[in-house]
Amino acid sequence: MSGPNLNYNQNTEPVFLSKQEKRQVKKQEMIKSIKKNKLLYLMLVPGLIYFFIYKYIPMYGLIIAFKDYKPYLGILASDWVGLEHFIRLFQGTDFWIIFRNTLTLFGLQLVVFFPIPIILSLMLNEIRSNWYKRSVQTLIYIPHFMSWVVIVSISYVVLTLDGGIVNGLLEMMGFGPINFLMSSEWFHPMYIIQVIWREAGWGTIIFLAAISAVNIELYEAARMDGAGRLRQMWHITLPSIRSVIVVLLILKIGDVLELGFEHVYLLLNGSNREVGEIFDTYVYTAGLKQGQFSYATAVGFFKGIVGLILVMLANRLAKKFGEEGVY
Amino acid sequence: MLEDRSVSGRLFNVFNITLLGIIALLTILPFLHVVAASFTTSAELAARRFVLIPTVWSLDAYRYIFSTDTIMKAMGVSIFVTVAGTLWSMFMTTLMAYGLSRRDLLGRGKIQFLIIFTMLFNGGMIPTFLIVQQTGLMNSLAALIIPVSINAFNMIILRSFFQNVPTSLEESAKIDGCNDFGILFRIVLPISKPALATISLFYAVTYWNTYMHAILYISDSAKWPVQVLLRQIVVLASGLNYDGGEYTNIPPPEQTVKMATIVVATIPILIVYPFLQKYFAKGALLGSVKG
Repeated sequence: MSGPNLNYNQNTEPVFLSKQEKRQVKKQEMIKSIKKNKLLYLMLVPGLIYFFIYKYIPMYGLIIAFKDYKPYLGILASDWVGLEHFIRLFQGTDFWIIFRNTLTLFGLQLVVFFPIPIILSLMLNEIRSNWYKRSVQTLIYIPHFMSWVVIVSISYVVLTLDGGIVNGLLEMMGFGPINFLMSSEWFHPMYIIQVIWREAGWGTIIFLAAISAVNIELYEAARMDGAGRLRQMWHITLPSIRSVIVVLLILKIGDVLELGFEHVYLLLNGSNREVGEIFDTYVYTAGLKQGQFSYATAVGFFKGIVGLILVMLANRLAKKFGEEGVY
Repeated sequence: MLEDRSVSGRLFNVFNITLLGIIALLTILPFLHVVAASFTTSAELAARRFVLIPTVWSLDAYRYIFSTDTIMKAMGVSIFVTVAGTLWSMFMTTLMAYGLSRRDLLGRGKIQFLIIFTMLFNGGMIPTFLIVQQTGLMNSLAALIIPVSINAFNMIILRSFFQNVPTSLEESAKIDGCNDFGILFRIVLPISKPALATISLFYAVTYWNTYMHAILYISDSAKWPVQVLLRQIVVLASGLNYDGGEYTNIPPPEQTVKMATIVVATIPILIVYPFLQKYFAKGALLGSVKG
């Protein structure tokens, strides 16, 4: 048991003094550095002001989650109410609805969307003609650059009952019209198809980059052993990019609450709100539409904290898998 | 790689090539349909179910949307926000990224931590809304730019680029009597053009597509960017108003008019698409290499 003794010895006075000295030296170094690099520090000033005003003051503004914020009183003069808004959130029925909806959309992202870019990149990697491969990539990247407004607008004009092509084709095939836009059953398929449409192609980039780093000799050896293309994919390509897949999967889990305010907001209407309302859209409705600033801030705060914890857990998990982590 | 000439290998190729071709076509088919439908009459669109080629061609929809200056105004707003916003953001981002790229700067780590932290946690919609209100930006186009001056992610990417500029270049410039601003503008920026192009495009696309900030901060319809106008024309006019029928007194526009509006709002992105693809793919990968 010599460990504790050693620690004790390290904490004796001389060490403590040198710490103080170190601090002084550090201070002098800081002043020297500021003098030497004053132009560099000057360059940081606009950015620092920006982050302070538009990122850190709003964090301070979160205290209205514990107050009864009245616009005419301002943040400081409004009354404290403690955890009232949080209690209301957890006791209300709304909470479980938006919690369930958020989890459902996340589940769709994870189970339905996540594998698609991996499969697409495996398929693209098997294309021998560079021209064809590049053409396919050019086309499937396009939707990524469209705004959610454009993506949702196109969905509306092709799915509408009012002369939309999809219902037209359904009718021709003898099916009754389906009101995709105003139905709670079609909300989830519509959401995830739009996510796939917009992001699946773009999502291949990172996997294709990982695949291009796989050692070609491995394939040659596998072919000698008589492995077909599918078996090469399964036994060589996939295992080789496993670490990239794991990291992206973990990151996705960390992003569980980032389902896209714009996208969901644009899809919501009176008929699908029950299944579509998530934390972000709920904050908007409760806060800015109904003027319950404090309550909405409490909801947002809760979401933010849970999100932060999830990201940190995800990052730690990623590090455990031997990756360097992201933050 | 060796050619795979076995029967199963060829079968695999045929299947793979065909399936990818179908996927690629399905991806752009909705766009093509909208373009085709915008060039016909509403009667034709309602009567005949066509996907790509109408029998009657017409510019009525475009004549209609350009008969008032509403859409041109909205395009003007979007173009202004995109150009001004990109310039402003590049100015702010470049200065900060260069300052933080110099490893000898004391306190650099702490500042970076504070910036990265804002990517993980922020005040959220309502407190940010209140500060935008208090800084007097409500209902001005500056509300679409100033509160998003610097994207932390873009800044970190640019900083990593600057870090890779050989320090020998900077040192020799210093010996020649250049100060830090001189080094940045005369040495570092000229050799960082691809990086600057990438980040500018990141910003430009974000500004062009801006929607949420516009509905949060801009209530004057004369200052709406084209995305908000598009939303109004396509979705709200269909009676599917999420907020409870604020605009239902306006007669719904014809389907072809909606199609034409989508096309007009999308054209600028398609014009720059070749550049987007070239630089974005690189940028997306850089984003994954953290420094």
